[in-house]
Amino acid sequence: MSVNVNVRHAVGRLRLEVDIRVGNGLTALVGPSGSGKTTLLNVIAGLVRPEHAVIRIGDEVLADTAAGIWVPAHRRRIGYVFQEPRLLPHLTVRQNLVLGRWFHRNRTGGPSLDDVSRLLNLDELQHRYPSRLSGGEKQRVALGRALLAHPQLLLLDEPLAAVDQRHRSEILPFLDRLRRDHSLPAIYVTHTLNEVSGRADHVVELGDASASVSADAYFSRSST
Amino acid sequence: MASELEIVWLSLKVASVATAACAIPAIAVAWVMARRVFWGRSLLNVLIHLPLVLPPVVTGYFLLLAFGRRGVVGAWLDQALGFQFSFRWTGAALAAGVTAFPLIVRSIQLGIENVDRQYEEVAATLGARPLWVLLTVTLPLALPGILAGLVIGFAKALGEFGATITFVSNIPGETQTLALGIFTALERPGGDAVAMRLAMFSVAISVVALFASELLARSLKRRNA
Repeated sequence: MSVNVNVRHAVGRLRLEVDIRVGNGLTALVGPSGSGKTTLLNVIAGLVRPEHAVIRIGDEVLADTAAGIWVPAHRRRIGYVFQEPRLLPHLTVRQNLVLGRWFHRNRTGGPSLDDVSRLLNLDELQHRYPSRLSGGEKQRVALGRALLAHPQLLLLDEPLAAVDQRHRSEILPFLDRLRRDHSLPAIYVTHTLNEVSGRADHVVELGDASASVSADAYFSRSST
Repeated sequence: MASELEIVWLSLKVASVATAACAIPAIAVAWVMARRVFWGRSLLNVLIHLPLVLPPVVTGYFLLLAFGRRGVVGAWLDQALGFQFSFRWTGAALAAGVTAFPLIVRSIQLGIENVDRQYEEVAATLGARPLWVLLTVTLPLALPGILAGLVIGFAKALGEFGATITFVSNIPGETQTLALGIFTALERPGGDAVAMRLAMFSVAISVVALFASELLARSLKRRNA
């Protein structure tokens, strides 16, 4: 499935102009901090409404501001793993995980709680509250929570930024497994290409920080 | 004068009903004030807080004009539903609720403003409609503020005096709550002992309410820490 994103947005000094097409697999979106990477993900997720946007997943139009189309975030079926895990502190790990399922009780398909727990090694954490988890564990739960909602696109915003070096190696293998087990398009935002080296199927670079940002470059790298 | 236990019981009933009736409207107003930008927001803010700054007697007088037997709303309620506020305990609850409302809203509004919007965004990306976001994320996380608001509101309702006596008078067994009972006892020769006992009841109820809310807040904090 292909994802088309055409966004033009200006807030403060940031001018964002992006035109990208993303296929299945992991697309790394690389750019220095301040280049609008997070803003772009927020626009795709439906959390920020830009001046201009055309966003399509397959045939489904999620946004076409010129035509007055703006599908709200809760109807976009986009999984979003934020920079900080953002686990709901009043719910257990298990409750956090099944939240997406619970909001869409009639949606079928997608991975089961068992599948996701196994993939991300979450079995022993199920009954704990987020305050009792390490940074790496929290981010794994956040990833599992996004997957269980059965999204059609996964957004990852520097998911390793809030995780210390020791725990990074805990998460990266899971991303590899994720790519293998789920043929789901994913956009992975990072400021260093190193983080995803050898893992990204495609790389898109967002340009200079304060200047106008354009990323119509779309090139593909064979994954190793 | 009614018996002291009757007064205590009536006060608990009036304050509980007033607080309970305020809860949902207060949450709704607090959410609107905390999360929405709209035309007339400042005006609404002034209206909500009016009973807090008005002399309670004035609040009672306005209630009398509106909900009294010949009041605009009161006459209609009486004819259409056969329901009366004037000189009834329900009127005392209305007076207590109206004066407690601003305090309840303030506390809940602060509680909601303290809820990090990031959590609401997460719920939205997981497919939660705005109402579900409110029920599963915002309100549970604002629970300490909601509880604090209800306890403060209950205390305020329990102590309401001016608006009550103006609106529904001081009728033993019907509108004579603790505050009015103490006032009546003090007016009487030799009523000091009764006044003191009623005052002690007030203190006891307030202390229990404060402790209960403190314990609840602490257990919530422990979980979310």
